[in-house]
Amino acid sequence: MSDVRHLYVHLPFCSHRCGYCDFVTVVGRQGEHDAYVDALLSELELEAVLLDAELDTIFLGGGTPTFTEPGALERLLGALPDAREVTVEANPETVTPELAALLSRNRVNRVSLGAQTFNTELLDVLERRASGEDVKRAVYVLRSAGFDNINLDLVYGIPGQSTADLERDLATALSFEPEHLSCYELEAKPGTRFTHAHGPELERQADAMEDYFERVVEQLSAAGYRWYETANFCRTPSDGRDLRAHHNLAYWEGRDYLGLGIGAVSTVGGRRWRNTPRLPAYVAALRDEDAPIRELETIDEGTRVREHVMLGLRLDEPLPLAGLGDALDDAALQRLTGLGLVRHDEHTIALTRRGRFLGGGVTADLLT
Amino acid sequence: MDQSRIRNFSIIAHIDHGKSTLADRILELTNAVSKRDMRAQVLDSMDLERERGITIKAQAVRVTWKGHELNLIDTPGHVDFTYEVSRSLQACEGAVLVVDAAQGTEAQTLANAYLAIENNLEIVPVVNKIDLPQADPDGAAREVSELIGDTPEHVLRISAKTGQGVPELLDAIVERIPPPIGHPDAPARALIFDSSYDQYRGVVAFVRVIDGVFRPRERLRAMAMGTRFEAQEIGFMAPAMSPVDALTAGEVGYVITGLKDVSELRVGDTLTTETGGATEPLPGYKDVKPMVFAGLFPTDSDQYPELRDALERLKLNDAALFYEPETSQALGFGFRSGFLGLLHMEIVRERLEREFDLDLLVTAPNVAYRVLERNGEWREVHSPADMPDEFDDVEEPYVKASIIVPKEYVGQVMELNNDRRGKFDHMEYLSPERVHLTYELPLGEIVLDYYDQLKSRTRGYASFDYDYIGFRPGTLVRVDVLVAGEPVDALSLIIHREFAYDRGRALVEQLKKEIPRQMFDVAIQAAIGARVIARETVKARRKDVLAKCYGGDITRKRKLLENQKKGKKRMKQVGAVEVPQEAFLAVLNIGDGKK
Repeated sequence: MSDVRHLYVHLPFCSHRCGYCDFVTVVGRQGEHDAYVDALLSELELEAVLLDAELDTIFLGGGTPTFTEPGALERLLGALPDAREVTVEANPETVTPELAALLSRNRVNRVSLGAQTFNTELLDVLERRASGEDVKRAVYVLRSAGFDNINLDLVYGIPGQSTADLERDLATALSFEPEHLSCYELEAKPGTRFTHAHGPELERQADAMEDYFERVVEQLSAAGYRWYETANFCRTPSDGRDLRAHHNLAYWEGRDYLGLGIGAVSTVGGRRWRNTPRLPAYVAALRDEDAPIRELETIDEGTRVREHVMLGLRLDEPLPLAGLGDALDDAALQRLTGLGLVRHDEHTIALTRRGRFLGGGVTADLLT
Repeated sequence: MDQSRIRNFSIIAHIDHGKSTLADRILELTNAVSKRDMRAQVLDSMDLERERGITIKAQAVRVTWKGHELNLIDTPGHVDFTYEVSRSLQACEGAVLVVDAAQGTEAQTLANAYLAIENNLEIVPVVNKIDLPQADPDGAAREVSELIGDTPEHVLRISAKTGQGVPELLDAIVERIPPPIGHPDAPARALIFDSSYDQYRGVVAFVRVIDGVFRPRERLRAMAMGTRFEAQEIGFMAPAMSPVDALTAGEVGYVITGLKDVSELRVGDTLTTETGGATEPLPGYKDVKPMVFAGLFPTDSDQYPELRDALERLKLNDAALFYEPETSQALGFGFRSGFLGLLHMEIVRERLEREFDLDLLVTAPNVAYRVLERNGEWREVHSPADMPDEFDDVEEPYVKASIIVPKEYVGQVMELNNDRRGKFDHMEYLSPERVHLTYELPLGEIVLDYYDQLKSRTRGYASFDYDYIGFRPGTLVRVDVLVAGEPVDALSLIIHREFAYDRGRALVEQLKKEIPRQMFDVAIQAAIGARVIARETVKARRKDVLAKCYGGDITRKRKLLENQKKGKKRMKQVGAVEVPQEAFLAVLNIGDGKK
């Protein structure tokens, strides 16, 4: 078994934990970046047998991968195998000409910028360290270093955000002509400091969310972007370059992937595991060349097919019906087709434009 | 036993006024049950009764006191079982009337006391709970003595809890209640005042022998039903079953019939012997008819066969329970069930859910209607959906409602009754503080939320009871509810024409709150025939999808989706609309919507 072609590497370090964040992150511990990279490389060695000789994609996510101490980051990038698409997530305030050069000489060919918004007040609400100017500067620095595949992450539904604010953000984002845009609604987890601080305003935003979502899709579509996944948009250049996020596409198309680092998830051959989110335990285990503590889950055939439908219907390309077995409810399929939410032919199924806005409910209905 | 040494009596009391505790104390004092074996409240054998403080099935226990045989016949304590109470009382010569020293007389006590007086029973009035600090024994004694035309000095003061005064009560039972006066040599006649079903021995009848003698292995006949069987065993409860060779005139006991169906042996029927039997049955037999109806549907349609089996088994012990299969477009397969009243319905529902582990949807209750169809024939309608679109006349059941309330709430009670098409009948002061009101009311106005309204308008002080007085013509219409153009049979209601518009409006407004937004606009309409009288729209959702989904959280997102799926499964499908189960009870939640 050595055919995994997608590799995820988790770099958890951040200068600060943002109030709304629910990723596995570690603040401080600057002295431990090297030890962590050692652990990552030793996990890679341990699992190398799973990997295909040739990789399609590598994705460095976080945390703030670009907050990692440059020496450690360069050592990691240098030791990773080759891949056609290598993406690194970056926070705008970390993007310097030096960093851009470091990424560039280490075969990184795609940068995903966590912009969230260009509105400095709203960035404050999110407890982001960057200003609107930082975001603009970061894009400029990356462009100057020759990066021709940049993603901007945007968030809507931020406490205090108005429809006009969102429209300004979209216009600003478009002015940079990014190859790719990811637009998410702000997910405030119950019980977090953030939710506690912004309760009533978050409720007001929740009511406005369907309106925001419609505006995002309308405005980006009007600007010529392809709405290829529920929350993701890309340009469609005339040279035929496919600017979709190929690493993420692997998740949505149900392909196997290997994840390295704390809290990282892998799905390989019907097994899914999640590494311990605890940094010391992870580093200690791998120092002894042991696998870290992992949470295991078996993905049986039925589950695999259900996930395949759930993820596949997020995409604009029709999902082949072959291999779905009896996962789809025929009556629901007919009903939803009648309601103009689903279209299907003998071989494929896809959601209509309106169906995609209601993808969760439609999928729940469709699955047996 | 010589008839002159037999005393047959019941205890009449309001829920919580201490009937069961008193029964326990009597069993203990007469050594029928040792203190060690004493399970509090022996007579109420069903858990449910114990919990709700309600005695559902009457039983009879024989005890001995100073050379006398005392038969304590337990009566059901609620309005729904008036007929059963009346049969239990007919089996007695006297009744102990228990009133709570702190709370005084309640409507239900009053109703049963009058029932006892009508049956010519000797009343032994008792004020209970005199040990409580807030007790007012003298006040309660004055009230109860006025009620039954006795003197306050004649009222006994007891504490069933501590046992204080209970021996004196037993003496009073022997002294004041007359012995039975049947004819030991006449053809045998016994009154069936209760029955129950034992899975090994079949139907067990509880009887009071009026005349003659009954013996085991004799061929017997139930005179009204015509049912014939052999008495497999006869005996009395002490409180365990104790077989005997004979039950003679004046005695109370049981007959094991071997019959497999309780409906073959009805309460109130007369048992006699096949050979040399009586020719005249005892008076007073009535075929009790259910007056309140509701649809019972399994939440999970796969449970239909289990629901059917459970109803069959309940019916074995509950001859008053009625059910027939019903198919609802909205709710699927279920049963239209008939009950004596609201409490009976509640008890059946709880037993189905608790003893048979069923998850039920019970539709809003309605009453039985009599409809004169265009072909000139009267038909009884048990469900609004069953009401024909066109008819010549319709009648609905009326009750005489009896309400006791502190005088400051009389205005509120009158207002409520007027809102509910009540006709004032009578008002009297039971004491300077407490007023007894009687009204004639359509039962249909009571079955929904009348009792809740009464309680909330009187801060819980009102007590309430009612008795059927027959069918009367009504100006009634059927209001249908349409969801996305589809009529929802389970939501139809029959209502007085004058209230139709306001109720229909309140109902669609309530439904708008209960039906979640769907993937398309949903119209909710109320209509009388083809005429729409109210309309609301539940606007379509425009977004129902999780923003982010990547490799790290596929499992969690899948689980969220599975939960969403489960949520949908709990809904009922009306056409393409998902309607939550609760919405079918919307009519119960529209409050006093007609105002």
